[in-house]
Amino acid sequence: MITIAKKEYREFFYSPIAYVFTAVFLFLTFWIFFANFFPLGQATLRFFFSWVPILFLIFLPSITMSKWAEEKKLGTLETLLTLPLTDHSVVLGKFLSSVFVLLTILLLTLPVCITVSFLGDLDPGPVIGGYLGLFLLGSACLSAGLYFSSLTENQIIAYVIPTVVLFLFYLLGEQVIINYLPSFFKPLLSYISLSTHFQSITRGVIDTRDILYYLSVTGFFLYLNLIQLESRQWR
Amino acid sequence: MIEVKGVTKWYGTFRALDQISFSLDKGEVVGFLGPNGAGKTTTMRILTGFIPPSEGECTVAGHNVSAHSLLARQKMGYLPEATPLYGDMEVTDYLKYIGALRKLSGDLLKKRLKEVVAICGLGNAVGKKISTLSKGFRQRTGLAQALLHDPEVLILDEPTVGLDPNQIVEIRNLIRQIGKSKTILLSTHILSEVEQTCTRVIIISDGKIAGQGTPQELIHKTHGAPVYFVGIRGEENVIRDGLKTLPFYKDSNKISTVNGVIHFQIALDSKNNLSEEIFKLCVAQKWGLTELRREEATLEEVFKKLTQ
Repeated sequence: MITIAKKEYREFFYSPIAYVFTAVFLFLTFWIFFANFFPLGQATLRFFFSWVPILFLIFLPSITMSKWAEEKKLGTLETLLTLPLTDHSVVLGKFLSSVFVLLTILLLTLPVCITVSFLGDLDPGPVIGGYLGLFLLGSACLSAGLYFSSLTENQIIAYVIPTVVLFLFYLLGEQVIINYLPSFFKPLLSYISLSTHFQSITRGVIDTRDILYYLSVTGFFLYLNLIQLESRQWR
Repeated sequence: MIEVKGVTKWYGTFRALDQISFSLDKGEVVGFLGPNGAGKTTTMRILTGFIPPSEGECTVAGHNVSAHSLLARQKMGYLPEATPLYGDMEVTDYLKYIGALRKLSGDLLKKRLKEVVAICGLGNAVGKKISTLSKGFRQRTGLAQALLHDPEVLILDEPTVGLDPNQIVEIRNLIRQIGKSKTILLSTHILSEVEQTCTRVIIISDGKIAGQGTPQELIHKTHGAPVYFVGIRGEENVIRDGLKTLPFYKDSNKISTVNGVIHFQIALDSKNNLSEEIFKLCVAQKWGLTELRREEATLEEVFKKLTQ
């Protein structure tokens, strides 16, 4: 499991796509943040935490898109799955490597916090909550991306589908959408939406229900992924 | 070492394998032959635990592949069809990765790495990216991957496909050398390969075992007798009648007439070499004998007969 995670983590940073995406992601993050930060003149990371999740939806599936699709296309999945490894350790290995990439990227956004804390009095509560929220949201996105990658041999599909699905689940919680739908759906929609839970965490209120929500979304997709892998046993 | 009992595989409504049974003893190198789509790869995938059988069971090195999959997988090395490898990795990094996944580490991994690089002649490929390697070297890398943990059983799916004649000879020698200490099941449709590397052949056709045995056994079982090619100068009808007096005579066919020499193909129903009898007949009849050639049936013919 660790071996797979290590190899795939290293592999990610060997691929040119990784650099392009990471660079674009960081550039957009810094740009959107500072473009809003200086005119506002407040030492807050609110803009940062409202934009990064949306960038995540576009960016994170690019980490997971190749994970299964490429192995299937190359045929290396056959070698991997006939090694004396359990299916779940392969799934977890791939997931872990993606989570390490996520952590690396979160680490690279730290200059934003450092700058803000130099310029003004930064309240650490919402920042820590925000990063925890980003980590949990990111893990859920990665887990979903990994699952969709296991359904296809085509990396483009493995990128587009989770992006669309994640966007849908993210937008479900936004007021714009909720207001158009019958009020009956409201609590359900805002419960299953990826964004509502994130917003409550970034307010600095760390509620176990929100954490549990993200952990169960992550677990759900990892489980689906395992089932998908094992489904070759039934066909 | 390998035992397959009554294995059937359905892909939806298509029956890819139908009640296949065979076994390999320790130290055997067995060729798995069959036309494309006969079920070779399916059988190998079932043996390696990649997919399960619909019915029946397999045992590898004493472990049931379905029930004790991990134990069975530890005992075997597998080279899948078309040798899938990670193009972006370096040869040694790839082998180290596979080694680590097989729980080899430290000095043991280093020692095995050195050994497989030597056995597979990978010396020149060390430090190169897999995507820059020639097909022959890719094949060697795949073999090295399968050999890394010194398995008792090797399963090789078309190890020589797509190689040039020199590379084929090299890989074949390699397999023969490895085969001295291991049990190998290799699939191929190159028949000369089987005759040169394998102690036994299993022929599969339409998901069924069509025949198995040593190449010689198969030839005798299915084709029977060898064929004689003769060229005789003389009268066709006289010769035809004369040939019928040969011992074990089965039938004869005229192939051609060139400058008054008639070429016949004669089938005699005996495994013994009866060339001398034909010669004696010609001398007794005072026919001019221009050609006398005895040909054993080839594995190609056996293959054709069994799989059509």
